[in-house]
Amino acid sequence: MNIHEYQARELFGKYGVATQPGCVASTPEEAEKVAVELGTKELIVKAQIHAGGRGKGTFKNGFKGGVHVCASPAEARDIAGKMLGQVLVTHQTGAEGKLVGKIFVGEAVEIARELYFAVLHDRATSGYTIIASTEGGVNIEEVAEHTPEKIVKVAVNPALGLQAYQSRNLATALGLRGPLINQAVKLFGNLFTLFVKCDCSMVEVNPLVVTKDGRLMALDAKFNFDDNALYRQPDVVAMRDKTEEDPREVAASEFNLNYIGLDGNIACLVNGAGLAMATMDIIQHYGGSPANFLDVGGGASKEQVTAAFKIILSDPHVRGILVNIFGGIMDCNVIANGIVAAAKEVSINIPLVVRLEGNNVAAGKATLAASGLALVSADSLDDAAQKVVAAVKNA
Amino acid sequence: MAIFVTPQTRILVQGITGDFGSRHAKLSLDYGTQLVAGVTPGKGGQVFEHNGHKVPVFDTVAEAARETGATVSVIFVPPPFAADAILESVDAALDLAVAITEGIPVNDMIKVKVGMAGKKTRLIGPNCPGLVTPGTGKDSHGGCRIGIAPGYIHKRGNVGVVSRSGTLTYEAVWQLTSRGIGQSTCVGIGGDPVNGTSHLDVLKMFNEDPETEAIIMIGEIGGDKEEEAAAWAKANCKKPIAAFIAGASAPAGRRMGHAGAIVSGGKGTAAAKIAAMKDAGIAVAPTPSAMAETLLKHWGK
Repeated sequence: MNIHEYQARELFGKYGVATQPGCVASTPEEAEKVAVELGTKELIVKAQIHAGGRGKGTFKNGFKGGVHVCASPAEARDIAGKMLGQVLVTHQTGAEGKLVGKIFVGEAVEIARELYFAVLHDRATSGYTIIASTEGGVNIEEVAEHTPEKIVKVAVNPALGLQAYQSRNLATALGLRGPLINQAVKLFGNLFTLFVKCDCSMVEVNPLVVTKDGRLMALDAKFNFDDNALYRQPDVVAMRDKTEEDPREVAASEFNLNYIGLDGNIACLVNGAGLAMATMDIIQHYGGSPANFLDVGGGASKEQVTAAFKIILSDPHVRGILVNIFGGIMDCNVIANGIVAAAKEVSINIPLVVRLEGNNVAAGKATLAASGLALVSADSLDDAAQKVVAAVKNA
Repeated sequence: MAIFVTPQTRILVQGITGDFGSRHAKLSLDYGTQLVAGVTPGKGGQVFEHNGHKVPVFDTVAEAARETGATVSVIFVPPPFAADAILESVDAALDLAVAITEGIPVNDMIKVKVGMAGKKTRLIGPNCPGLVTPGTGKDSHGGCRIGIAPGYIHKRGNVGVVSRSGTLTYEAVWQLTSRGIGQSTCVGIGGDPVNGTSHLDVLKMFNEDPETEAIIMIGEIGGDKEEEAAAWAKANCKKPIAAFIAGASAPAGRRMGHAGAIVSGGKGTAAAKIAAMKDAGIAVAPTPSAMAETLLKHWGK
């Protein structure tokens, strides 16, 4: 789950992580009011969408840039009017763009230095790791590749949490001296607390800035949350913006299906995450292109199978479907009946290849054969993948 | 000899009265597994009955282990209570805790690992199918089935299987059994980023196990544990290994179902893992359909 920039700032505020002063607005009037209350010389107005590349984006109404600096509340109001209710296209949104419903109005701070600071789960140590760098505001992966010596890593003992001396060491490694050291100890410590308390899986502050007037603050941040912990994070769940998500993924999550849309044209319906990935791989191996990842889980019901078919068929690029079920405990005949019921309800008029294996497979295959459905039965995963790739090529 | 468990191993089930736990406890009893106790807090004193089996239920793991001699626990407890359940079996000094539960928060697992440090209990999982040491009866009956794998697909034999994914494990096992090749032990280590037992831990045990003659190792994108196992195997493992890595077609930055299956920051790609495997002399199956075939060829069978 992702959140908006203004929501990240609200979280920072709640946990005492210094950030750029400002507030969210939904109308030009609100934007002006926020600007007046800030009372700063220069203001920044930022469109709130999840995708990156906002500054270089263009609105469909022709207005250029999703991030603007301006000098007066009236100007902020004017810019807000050109952004709100408009669709912003960036290199990350795709051609369809994203509707801007909210903007952030903040103090335009004068930046002296841009740094990088991140907290994440570390699977290698079963703990937490902090990554910091003097090279902020740029892609950290490139820094890691070209100048790895500019990256500092600190492991945090989960039993102790981040200690103040570790923050001081990080601060000095980032070249922060004098009063900035104490600001860093507070900011890093509070950020680590936020990370653990909110069940984040990654918080990346990029850039962390030192302003010309000597303040250390988080200027922009990217949050990832641990999906497994959302049940105990109602405040985080409340920040979810479903309009920012793939509508098919939202629909899938309502049926407890695990769906991820991809670019190809062969849809997959599989039980088990590993087998679902492997099914995508074998389609690609035989020259096809998977349209999605879809795991229906270990005990899929008829309703779930029907919902799954509806979701994969709502993708206009799909030209063929591969159903791959290894019914370990699950009865293959239950799945077969689910497929037949779903196929009748959603009328499938593209090639459908079904591979069933495992528990009660003979009855399952008999059900499919007796259904009169125009589907192709396959004997192995290999056979199934070759058949669906061929069917899509010949269609 | 098999690894971790034998058909004689005595098992207790944490969460035996829940839907999921009771269903799989029954299947394990049917398989002939020595399932000797159940634990559900507040239901101590009840008896879990199935096909003539009478399994006593206890309030705590410590009591269950003391009264029945169980040395292994399988955990079907829902995610919010699973970390506590794991730590309870660790505190009861069991040999092995197998956590089937899917969806445990990472922070909880980090806490569990802190609590396990220096203790004797080994954890397998979470978010795993468990493990099976097949028996010698019909459809491998009489073996030790811990977790949710279908028992009948197995066959007693000499191939060790280790995997992060449940259904891919079944796929590999079925490919072997269909070719008349049996398994020593099949271990699902689970798809979470913070877990108890790694590919490397299991490889080392297969390498030591006289009954295991060849190994199938199934990995997936995310992390670098497959690379770690491959590097060790290159220097230390004399037994033939075949591998498959799932996720070659997965886009970066997207979590593919399992919490651990994500390519991030250019790390954990299928290509890097496959290269590490090949470098270690491991035969890599080109497709998930060719796992058994690839092993048999490499093994010279």
